[in-house]
Amino acid sequence: MTGVTIIDTGIANTASVTAAFERLGCTVSLTHDARRVAESPLVVLPGVGSFGAGMRVLRANALDQVIIDRVSDDRPLLGICLGLQLLCDASEESPGIEGLGVINAMVTRFPSAVRTPQHGWNRVGDGYAYYSNTYRIETIPRGWEGQTSTHGSPFVAYLRRGTTLACQFHPELSGAWGANLLRSWIENAKEATPC
Amino acid sequence: MLTRRIIPCLDIDNGRVVKGVKFANLRDAGDPVEQAKRYERDGADELVMLDVSATIGGRETALETVRDVRRELSIPLSVGGGVRTVEHALALLRAGADKVGVNSAAVENPLLLRELADRVGAQCVVLSIDAAARLDDRGWDVVTRAGTNRTGIDAIEWAAEAESMGAGEILLTSFDQDGTRSGYDTALLRAVREVTTLPVIASGGADSATHMLDALNAGADAVLAASIFHDQDTTPNALKQELRASGIEVRI
Repeated sequence: MTGVTIIDTGIANTASVTAAFERLGCTVSLTHDARRVAESPLVVLPGVGSFGAGMRVLRANALDQVIIDRVSDDRPLLGICLGLQLLCDASEESPGIEGLGVINAMVTRFPSAVRTPQHGWNRVGDGYAYYSNTYRIETIPRGWEGQTSTHGSPFVAYLRRGTTLACQFHPELSGAWGANLLRSWIENAKEATPC
Repeated sequence: MLTRRIIPCLDIDNGRVVKGVKFANLRDAGDPVEQAKRYERDGADELVMLDVSATIGGRETALETVRDVRRELSIPLSVGGGVRTVEHALALLRAGADKVGVNSAAVENPLLLRELADRVGAQCVVLSIDAAARLDDRGWDVVTRAGTNRTGIDAIEWAAEAESMGAGEILLTSFDQDGTRSGYDTALLRAVREVTTLPVIASGGADSATHMLDALNAGADAVLAASIFHDQDTTPNALKQELRASGIEVRI
């Protein structure tokens, strides 16, 4: 049985993320305890809500450094939606608030010419992913691989480096395509860090 | 490119799916979990569940239903119906809703949406507007309490306020068309589209892909339907094939 730890920031749709991993046969636990987040084999940083509120919760629970360390040590981490954005340098949503800075990018707002929030399914490679976002990063930063979607102009759909996967969309709400992505993240993480 | 969504709607009363006409004459239409699974399999882009039960016991049952559906469903779930407090909305989100719709309570207390958005983010907040054509046919009234109360509030002005009130989406139901299967109120959709940049879900009156095409061309980002799916007359995927043939971007 694969154990997955979801960081409980109190502002995310943890029920949907939990259900998605349970459908894949995982045992899911929720925590905001820094030691448990540091020690768990598979960690998910979900996120719904504002950038500033998200960073406040991470700092208040001393989770910021734990997450930074996980990414630099290549211990499996999945960031979802705001979870991706929190890994970046900063966001237009909350000026003056520093992000985790493991992805060297600035999070910006979709231009007013396109529908915001972007609610719905958008093409990613050969599939469709479900998005619910008003902010995004525009280009794939150096040192990361990934793919883009288009809403008015291209934006980053997901980024990957080693066992770190950061999605702007919600894989837990992206049907069978999303489930496959979660499954491959788990399998890749288990190969990289045999337990 | 962002695709247009087809959203089946399940009206839930005491743990069962029900269907009525103009918000009344409810009849039993099945098990919510089974229907939710079938809709996902048949290409639904999202699911809306409306709790139409009128009792406190019914409310508790609805939370159970949300939990049961969430366990099985891997597409977004929006839940509304009788949401009157931030606590109730949070309970639905914790049970597994991805978005919560607020209707009558937002009319009575517009600050509710702002309070909710501050807690969970605007992208989780849906303003449900039930609109009925005014008796003199000049515009639409917001109606509440399952259509029994004509508020006198101008539905278009109300929609224009949605974003600043804290909503991330508008679910726009035509009370006149609901359950009639004679097409969406496209004039209403056009009027709302002109005053907001929020995503708008058209609801009330769908019977065919042609109706959906009309609504999408009138500015809807998504189309909701209930009767046509309950009666298994068609599926979201079948409708999407027709929409795609008409040049609409859909997920198939």
